[in-house]
Amino acid sequence: MFYREAGDFKVTYAEDSQTFPIAFDRYRYYIVLAFAVLVVPLLINDYWEKSILLPFLVYALIAIGLNILTGYCGQVSLGTGGFMAVGAYACYKLMTAYPDLNIFFCVLLSGAVTALVGVLFGLPSLRIKGFYLAVATLAAQFFIVWLLNKVPWFYNYSASGQITAPERTVFGIAVTGPEAEPWATYLFALFFVLIMAWIARNLTRGPLGRRWMAIRDMDIAAEIIGVNPLSAKLSAFAVSSFFIGVGGALFFAVWIGSAEVSEIFGIDKSFSVLFMIIIGGLGSIFGSFAGAAFLVLLPVALKNLFVGLMGWPPDIVAHLQFVIVGGLIIGFLILEPHGLAQLWRLAKEKLRLWPFPY
Amino acid sequence: MKRILTAAGLAAMLAAPAAADLVIPSMDYRTGPFAPNGIPFADGFHDYLEMLNQRDGGIGGVPIRVLPCETAYNTEKGVECYESTKGEGALVYHPLSTGITYQLIPKASADQIPVHSMGYGRTSAADGRTFEWIFNFPGTYWDAASIIVKHALEVEGSLEGKSITLVHLDAAYGREPIPTLEALSEKHGFDFKAIPVAYGQEQKSQWLQIRRERPDWVVMWGWGVMNQVAIQEAANIRYPMDRFVGVWWSGSENDVLPAGAGADGYKAITFHPPGSDAPLFGEIKEMVIDANNYAGDGTHFGSVLYNRGVYAAITVAEAIRAAQEMHGVGEITPAMMRDGLENVTIDAARWEALGWPGNPEINVSCEDHGGPGLAAIQQWSYDAKTWSLITEFIGADREIVDPLIAADAAAYAAENSLTPRACN
Repeated sequence: MFYREAGDFKVTYAEDSQTFPIAFDRYRYYIVLAFAVLVVPLLINDYWEKSILLPFLVYALIAIGLNILTGYCGQVSLGTGGFMAVGAYACYKLMTAYPDLNIFFCVLLSGAVTALVGVLFGLPSLRIKGFYLAVATLAAQFFIVWLLNKVPWFYNYSASGQITAPERTVFGIAVTGPEAEPWATYLFALFFVLIMAWIARNLTRGPLGRRWMAIRDMDIAAEIIGVNPLSAKLSAFAVSSFFIGVGGALFFAVWIGSAEVSEIFGIDKSFSVLFMIIIGGLGSIFGSFAGAAFLVLLPVALKNLFVGLMGWPPDIVAHLQFVIVGGLIIGFLILEPHGLAQLWRLAKEKLRLWPFPY
Repeated sequence: MKRILTAAGLAAMLAAPAAADLVIPSMDYRTGPFAPNGIPFADGFHDYLEMLNQRDGGIGGVPIRVLPCETAYNTEKGVECYESTKGEGALVYHPLSTGITYQLIPKASADQIPVHSMGYGRTSAADGRTFEWIFNFPGTYWDAASIIVKHALEVEGSLEGKSITLVHLDAAYGREPIPTLEALSEKHGFDFKAIPVAYGQEQKSQWLQIRRERPDWVVMWGWGVMNQVAIQEAANIRYPMDRFVGVWWSGSENDVLPAGAGADGYKAITFHPPGSDAPLFGEIKEMVIDANNYAGDGTHFGSVLYNRGVYAAITVAEAIRAAQEMHGVGEITPAMMRDGLENVTIDAARWEALGWPGNPEINVSCEDHGGPGLAAIQQWSYDAKTWSLITEFIGADREIVDPLIAADAAAYAAENSLTPRACN
């Protein structure tokens, strides 16, 4: 009834090919954006910032990055944790080596450094694919963690190898360090996520994204119709690593504030981001957000529900979380292998016909 | 997604009742890879405070409320735990993980809540002038390294030309003693070598190297499953166990039992006596264990790590007492708790009164948040299945340790453009 194309006339090509062709969808999108930008910063406290919103934003950004590589270009990667570590350590080195450099550029440059590293580890993808590529990226994961642990220069020769983010400001307002206000760090992360999600959405439906998808669907056929696998695969690795690097930099500098490579950026990170995009939906920007929300927010919600409301012992709840989240993952994969994004798509299809389905 | 957000928010709001008691968050890890070590500690920590509630109705008449929060030794969950409990008036945090401690040092300092990383965390936090809100008494890793070397020196007579190898977890925690051992090797003339272990379970190549090089002493900085594997591997290569010394986190029953008779004679450093013969443990047994008020399953009573949890809880309780005396109020704030921690003194008479004689004295001051740094060496006996002390509680080599602490604290102050406060 409300959710329909009828009566919404498109008179230009641009209008016809916009991301949200249905008016209702478009307004909903603007309302969500306005709420996130204008209302949320007024309401949040430390708990919402550090335990719910920042983890969600950071993981959403990283999931978009991996989705570009795995979901759109079909290259399975298990090196996400390593690439996040590159972003985090690049950000740390830039922050400490150039204290006057604005944190905004530190984060972008960390993404650029990670993109270079990503291209380097993407080179084997030209010869190997599938599981074998996954193993090659696994090597990247272990090698990067080992290297960042081994060379003291990366952590400025501190005795313990921990890196800690010093305070940096944007327009005089602290966005990193312990004194940063919740709304400032939230808006800083939100800014990156919104801009980069918008870029990702438009990249993936432009010529570059089409080349990636051609490679994903059948690389030999893609090559025959004129897609250069070298540039397509390496550009996917570069863009994906850029996103993951920016995510890693935000993860370290804005969210948790200090890190140690072998503890935080281990193989379990790579897996959890991979689960996010599988549950959220491969090849979908919305799916990256949904998957990140599922894996980040569900455990927190369960914890608050059982420990906070029902007063159960936290260790029982921690075990129960594994059971519930694990069960839901299996359930989702059996009932809806295309992830939460597909559920969303189906819901929209149904909504278009509501209340008179045929 | 929105529904989940709302549910989480609702729960977070409902879960915050007004604080009218002494709130002590307990960052446990009863799940995850380090759970076998985390469980006894968490049980001991809870059971002592529960005993105070049962016996005295709390401290100074104010009941204690322990807020358990599961971290699984995971830094991100640790952050969530900190943020979700700090609003309830948490008095002091025992993060029980070096990673989470590093995380909390800047944050808790900004929020003005004390953190007590008892015998772990950032060693230079012993410098109370730079780290106003962070405590790590009764001793630091650098104290431990120096005391282990002192023990070796006592056994050998001279360490000139001898060799000491450090087997350590390749993480922040395991790397902590390296600067001290390097400085000590220069002083005493022994060869020092560090062998990192990246993944706890896989240590074949490391112990092959030790078998080939036959160092005179092996020192270990391990945690969790790494300890058990290392002790088993050392037994396999027939390394003399009385020359193998672990840090205080590598010396519990969990670590030595799997290796069976092979572990007989293994040594570890400790800052409190082992065993549960002291009268205090009788009280805990009577009022908590036998009265079914215990945390966990009650089977870890009296083990090394359980005792360490009790020890941690005693430092909390004594600091609360000191704070209540200083400020003359029962319901103290985190800032008062900090004053309490800074002025806590537990001498031999007080330990006697607490019912756990034999512990070395604790005294903390504005300059020195690391306490006296006294520790003893304990040895495992396979036949008796007990640990027993084989040395007195001895002090660290201050002339080596103190300059290292000062240098690292100065580096932290410079990195964070912070001026150390004055102490008088």
